[in-house]
Amino acid sequence: MKKTHIILLVLIAVAIVVLISYTGDLSSYETVGSAKQKPGKFLNLIVKMDKSVPVEYDPVKDPNFLKFGVQDSLGGKINVVYHNTMPTDMEKSERLVLKGKVQGDVFECSAIVLKCPSKYKDNPNANKNQPVVFTN
Amino acid sequence: MNTSTNAATVQFIGEHLLPGQIGYFLTILSLVASLVATFAFAKAFYAKEMSAENEWKRLANIAFLIESVSVFVCFIILFYVISNHQFEYKYAYMHSDKHMPTEYLLSCFWEGQEGSFLLWSFWHCVLGLLVIARSKHWKNNSYGVMMVLNFTQFCLATMVVGLYFFDFKLGSSPFVMLRTEMNWPILSRPDYLQLIKDGTGLNTLLQNYWMVIHPPILFLGFASTSIPFGFAVAGLLKKKNDWMTTALPWATFSAGILGLGIMMGAAWAYESLTFGGYWAWDPVENASLVPWLTLVAAIHTAIIYRKTGTSLKATYLFFGISFLLVVYSTFLTRSGILGDTSVHAFTDLGMNAQLLAFLVVMVVPYFTLFIVRYKSLTEPAKDDAVDSREFWMLVGSLVLFLSAVVIIAITSIPVFNKIFGTKIAPPEDPAFAHNQVQVFVAIIIGLLTGVGQYLKFKGTPGASFWKSMRLPFVITAIISAVIFVFVGIGFTEKGVGFLAALYLGTVAAVFGVVANAHYWLVVLKGKMKSAGASIGHIGFGLVLVGIFLSSSNKTVLSWNTTGINVLQSNGSVKNPAGNPMENITLFEGIATDMGKYNVTYVRDTVDKLEKKFFELKFAAKGAKNEAAKDSFYLYPDVLKNNKGMEGFSANPASKHYWNKDIFVYVTSFQDHSNEDTIQFKPHNIKIGDSVFYSNGYVKLEKVLVNPNAHRPEGSNELVLQLVVRSKEGLEYQANPAISLQGMNMRMVPDTIKAQNLIVNFNKVVDQQKGLLEIGIKESSALSNLITLKVYEFPFINVLWIGVIVMTMGFALSTYARVKKLK
Repeated sequence: MKKTHIILLVLIAVAIVVLISYTGDLSSYETVGSAKQKPGKFLNLIVKMDKSVPVEYDPVKDPNFLKFGVQDSLGGKINVVYHNTMPTDMEKSERLVLKGKVQGDVFECSAIVLKCPSKYKDNPNANKNQPVVFTN
Repeated sequence: MNTSTNAATVQFIGEHLLPGQIGYFLTILSLVASLVATFAFAKAFYAKEMSAENEWKRLANIAFLIESVSVFVCFIILFYVISNHQFEYKYAYMHSDKHMPTEYLLSCFWEGQEGSFLLWSFWHCVLGLLVIARSKHWKNNSYGVMMVLNFTQFCLATMVVGLYFFDFKLGSSPFVMLRTEMNWPILSRPDYLQLIKDGTGLNTLLQNYWMVIHPPILFLGFASTSIPFGFAVAGLLKKKNDWMTTALPWATFSAGILGLGIMMGAAWAYESLTFGGYWAWDPVENASLVPWLTLVAAIHTAIIYRKTGTSLKATYLFFGISFLLVVYSTFLTRSGILGDTSVHAFTDLGMNAQLLAFLVVMVVPYFTLFIVRYKSLTEPAKDDAVDSREFWMLVGSLVLFLSAVVIIAITSIPVFNKIFGTKIAPPEDPAFAHNQVQVFVAIIIGLLTGVGQYLKFKGTPGASFWKSMRLPFVITAIISAVIFVFVGIGFTEKGVGFLAALYLGTVAAVFGVVANAHYWLVVLKGKMKSAGASIGHIGFGLVLVGIFLSSSNKTVLSWNTTGINVLQSNGSVKNPAGNPMENITLFEGIATDMGKYNVTYVRDTVDKLEKKFFELKFAAKGAKNEAAKDSFYLYPDVLKNNKGMEGFSANPASKHYWNKDIFVYVTSFQDHSNEDTIQFKPHNIKIGDSVFYSNGYVKLEKVLVNPNAHRPEGSNELVLQLVVRSKEGLEYQANPAISLQGMNMRMVPDTIKAQNLIVNFNKVVDQQKGLLEIGIKESSALSNLITLKVYEFPFINVLWIGVIVMTMGFALSTYARVKKLK
């Protein structure tokens, strides 16, 4: 066996170990229901805003406190606390991916990924907004 | 296409149909021409007789010329449509508007998928013409390269052709009309164009000069990977491995341009995105980085093969996957499959099947060919010596390759989910998950780039090696010590192990820079002719040093310690949001303490493009002499979103010093469009009494009669001396007053901006008892306020300089190799 082969094998072994150890860090997508079963576990929720819950955000009092309600596709609801500024367009967003963990009865969120239908246009849904024109 | 009958009966006013018709025709022409060229070049490639070869070559060249002209003209037409605001075309309507500064019209061009495919195609044509121009010396290989290039061109042409086969839509044309694509009622009116006043514009985040230049460079990088790939395919087909010398300058050119393009994207992210950095391990970034890593690996193994005859299989594999990874990244970023993991993946254009087919027709044949030919790729049986240059170059290449494998495996999690129906999500700290692996790659690569040049092919005499390494070792030790003492590596959040790795990485990177600089200056005596490798390595080392220093020492200046919000926030340390207190609130006109600086939000202005600029004054603390103070102004801005989105996108601003950047962006601001409807709340008060408001209390200390000697004649004033004390223990003075002039009474309210308070002296209720009435109004609309984040990035310039130096290295190397071919 050539030395280069040995090195190759060692490196591949390292890569496999790295990838396996990485899987230990991976999290999962959950529903609100299943997330509530696992308090304190870091996970991802795919939800939309629950418009029946008022958004709490007052930058004068605290620019790092945002509270709002969300709902998943199965209808599960939970309140979310996000210790950061309110992402622009959050209320417009069709879908939110929230990263964080359930603590008590709220979801302590560490990151929000917004999915705005029109953000990267070319999306047929984006064209619902017709231009405003005045017809006589 | 449902309105085609409509179009026949209705005469639309003011439409420019000609550009679209020409465009349509040319996209189809280029599709056909690329197919003909593929076939003809293949025939020339396999021709046994000289005469047949020349015949096919002529046909192929003509077809390719037709294809190139078609693509160039398409490119010009689309730009013409956009720059003339012909909103009858969907592409112009969706991607541009009339207010746009001219330079951004190009960004509009590549904002959409169709435009960027066209851009890619454009570069293929330019490169193909270059190949033909230079093919005198390497005829046969050039046919193979052009065959592969044209087949790729054919695939790209299908992406923009926009033809329907029954229900299947092949590609998406940039020349479609707005009225055939949308079902808006107004579009059936003959005069609809007069009703469409403006396009929806360019995404605000892309309105940045980097977005004018970054996509063309990146796509040139992508396009150029197909040339070495073509050589590899031709080599495998003909079982000839003599193409490396000719392919190498193309490969170094490609790696240089691709690296530059990636880092321009990083510069864009740094300047116009607000995640506070230049690299976020976002899938879109990873997808472009990975081909670069494998391409660099391929360049090194190709050099080994030329010198020693080994590493042949690795070279075929690496050049192959470099291009295939470009195609794969196209699939990842354009199919919408990354949806939940990437902030800026493109959305689905309904072309997933086609994108997947593009990937399959490239990957499957190449790997089939590679496996079939594997046995015939013979390498010398002799083992590489451990003290030889080729041995360590190969190790370095393998490390780069495995680094790429790890990155792309992690990035492909959404694909894995799709195939296996799993629900795996990225880890809690995705950036760290990458960093903890790649830091070791950086250590190994840093050391190897330093040592590599001093080793000789086939074996190195030990004594001379260690002798020549002595000086670089000493200099590295000195520079590292200086860095650690004066700059330091301050990233302790992830534990001692990671911190140690960062220290090691910094030393390795410094060593890479020093050893290569020493090699160039001392061993090569500073000659430019063969300096490509050294300079490229110096640049790469500087990039690593810049990454280590700036990322590990990034500090937040906007820690919220002003006392304005502290009470409402729960303990910041255990907060899951990491650094929740990075946002600080600034009130207009009030200096706020921010670590090294006192920062004042001076004012805001709106320019004609409706960009709202905030003028922030940074004044360094501590200096005694006011004038000598290190103070400067920064103008972060926000731009109202377009494309039907509400809200604003923020653009950061930064102050560049030679050794650091102060980086600031607005995270929210008060919009004063709402009427102030809050009423004054009356309170009865006596001297010594206190009245509470939401954030503290107001105490009446004294009532002064006519304290102001310069009051208007015949008037009398009653002035209250109030002390406002907030919950955080901050104290303010307020002096509301009543002024009497004859029968006219005038109230003079006082405001305490920092507490959003307005205090009025309403009236005297009972003079005997000394009972007065004051009015207190708390209004969030009282003062302008913004919240912002401020970071300090030390030594980020080292990174940018490194990129420039590295690109120069690739350029020198390309130039030297091209010259040798002549």
